[in-house]
Amino acid sequence: MRFLMFVCVDPTPDHIPTAATTATALAAPPMDINDWVEDVDRRGVRVTGNELTPADQTVAVRVRDGETLRTDGPFPEAHELIAGFDILECADLDEAIEIARRHPMARDGAIELRPFRALADV
Amino acid sequence: MRFLLLMSTDSHPDTFDASEADLDAVTAIDRWIDTIPEHVRLIEGSPIAGAGAATTVRIRGDQLLITDGPFVESHEMINGFDVIDCADLDEAIAIASRHPVARGGRIDVRPFPGA
Amino acid sequence: MSDPGPAASAAIETVFHEEWGRIVASLIRRTGDWDLAEECAQDAFAEAATRWPREGVPRRPGAWLTTVAGNRALDRLRRRGVEAGKLREVATMPDTDPVIDPATGLDDATADAVASSGIGDDRLRLIFTCCHPALALDARVVLTLRTLCGLTTPRIARAFLLPEATMAQRIVRAKRRIRDAGIPYRVPPAELLPERTGGVLAVIYLLYTGGYIPSDGDRPLRDDLSDEAVRLARTMAALMPDEPETLGLLALLLLQDARRAARVDSAGDLVPLDEQDRSRWDAARIAEGVALVDRALRLPQGPSGTGPYQIQAAIAACHATALDAAATDWVEIAGLYAALERRTPTPIVRLNRAIAIGMADGPNAGLARLAALETEGELAGYHLLPAARADLLRRAGRLPAAAEAYRVALDGAPTEPERRFFQRRLGELGH
Repeated sequence: MRFLMFVCVDPTPDHIPTAATTATALAAPPMDINDWVEDVDRRGVRVTGNELTPADQTVAVRVRDGETLRTDGPFPEAHELIAGFDILECADLDEAIEIARRHPMARDGAIELRPFRALADV
Repeated sequence: MRFLLLMSTDSHPDTFDASEADLDAVTAIDRWIDTIPEHVRLIEGSPIAGAGAATTVRIRGDQLLITDGPFVESHEMINGFDVIDCADLDEAIAIASRHPVARGGRIDVRPFPGA
Repeated sequence: MSDPGPAASAAIETVFHEEWGRIVASLIRRTGDWDLAEECAQDAFAEAATRWPREGVPRRPGAWLTTVAGNRALDRLRRRGVEAGKLREVATMPDTDPVIDPATGLDDATADAVASSGIGDDRLRLIFTCCHPALALDARVVLTLRTLCGLTTPRIARAFLLPEATMAQRIVRAKRRIRDAGIPYRVPPAELLPERTGGVLAVIYLLYTGGYIPSDGDRPLRDDLSDEAVRLARTMAALMPDEPETLGLLALLLLQDARRAARVDSAGDLVPLDEQDRSRWDAARIAEGVALVDRALRLPQGPSGTGPYQIQAAIAACHATALDAAATDWVEIAGLYAALERRTPTPIVRLNRAIAIGMADGPNAGLARLAALETEGELAGYHLLPAARADLLRRAGRLPAAAEAYRVALDGAPTEPERRFFQRRLGELGH
């Protein structure tokens, strides 16, 4: 199954400095971003993904009464917290969690996992 | 240049006319795909499961925290995405504006940096 | 349904506790359908209730029920128009997971699959799925009670003091989330097992303490759930006999449960540990619990050292094996609380350690620790903090101060039996 993985900034990130936590206490500590990308690509579990430009470069598009309305960011909405995304092809949620927990933003922000639905189920 | 199009609900959707409201989601998306110019690459795209199926993963201290539910919570629910490779922002906006969710909700166009 | 004879009825009751979870777990593996699995298990027990009184209890009741439930599942799938290929797959899948037989061994693929987790039991798969960390805690508890223990929705609703429809909804949502979020139906692989096992044990412990139930909930129902928790802990210990914390949890529950009958007197009033009639403690459970904790502590421990359930079980064993209250080895207990605090530095653990220090080194040493806890403020409003202070002040002979602290505890006490207990203490102090 596939997961859309939102890489999010957290207004209340971890206050415990990385160096202060023992790596041994975590079964799978977060990696450096380059190592993470290399790891998921080598294992073939990442379909695509990228960081995104800051929220102020987001454009919201709406069509109302036949007219395209363009609104430039930033927006106060919560989903401006999304700083990047990846698409994962995994056996199940557990595998997706194992990949997500190694992403550096698991510590510095938060990772949200959303399974895709088949279009027919919508 | 590449963009993430993020579909979400909107508190004030467009008023649909009856002929189009009858279209099922699959047909509506197929029609949208037909409008995408040849040189544009649709890399990946799908509706995604609602907030109820979301799982949030965080590391705090030496604890792995797994929580039931989304991290990105708002009344505008994200319900789909597409990744496209097209000429520029204007083209991305044009493509987004033809997507059914542009009327039923809202589409955020988010460029990849440095592209 | 005819009224089953007493023998058959007792047999069904026993078999239900042993077999319900196994049957449901096996059917979920074979069909992937949680509701179907529960319905067919229910059908099988209903059939047992009509046939066993007439025909006698079968020699292998578990196998009988598994076969009936499996056939019902095939019938239902056939009626739903499930295609023949899938039906054959369900029909030919083994009823039970392969169990490693040292005489015959396993084929390589199966052996690998079993060895990768070290475990091969359907119930374990079900336990780990019901207690998956991506489910909210209350969802884990209700799923475990419904699917694994086979408690009916009305009974779970009563235990939670919730309307039946609300509870039914909650169970439906939890099952839907398993499917929608992509939660796997399996025992986690070896590298995830320590983390996930801790999560399962936490759900069982929560079930035992009833921490999720409103404190004015139904007492007998709570006792029922405590029994379910002990049974689950037993299952986990049988399935993971080399996992020290799993044995530690079972030991802890047995040792706490051994005192259940003595904890409340005939008037329904709480009896503190040092005043309990120790002849009413369950000696068999104590012996079993003590043996278990001894065995657990000798097993190889995880990278973080001896786990909290084993330490708590060792503390409970100190209490349970003391001939009388005066013979309690408080120095040992205080040392164990120090170890527990290193492992889980919560304010509640610090509170209990302060009490143990007060008993080991004299009330003033304990009171100093309690004063530090009060300054920290993390337990502000928690009635057992002034209650602990009151008890140590009483032991120190500072009676007016003790009475003052009991009054604070009385104001904050959430349950009627606790309020009566603090009132009794105030009466004894002449206040």
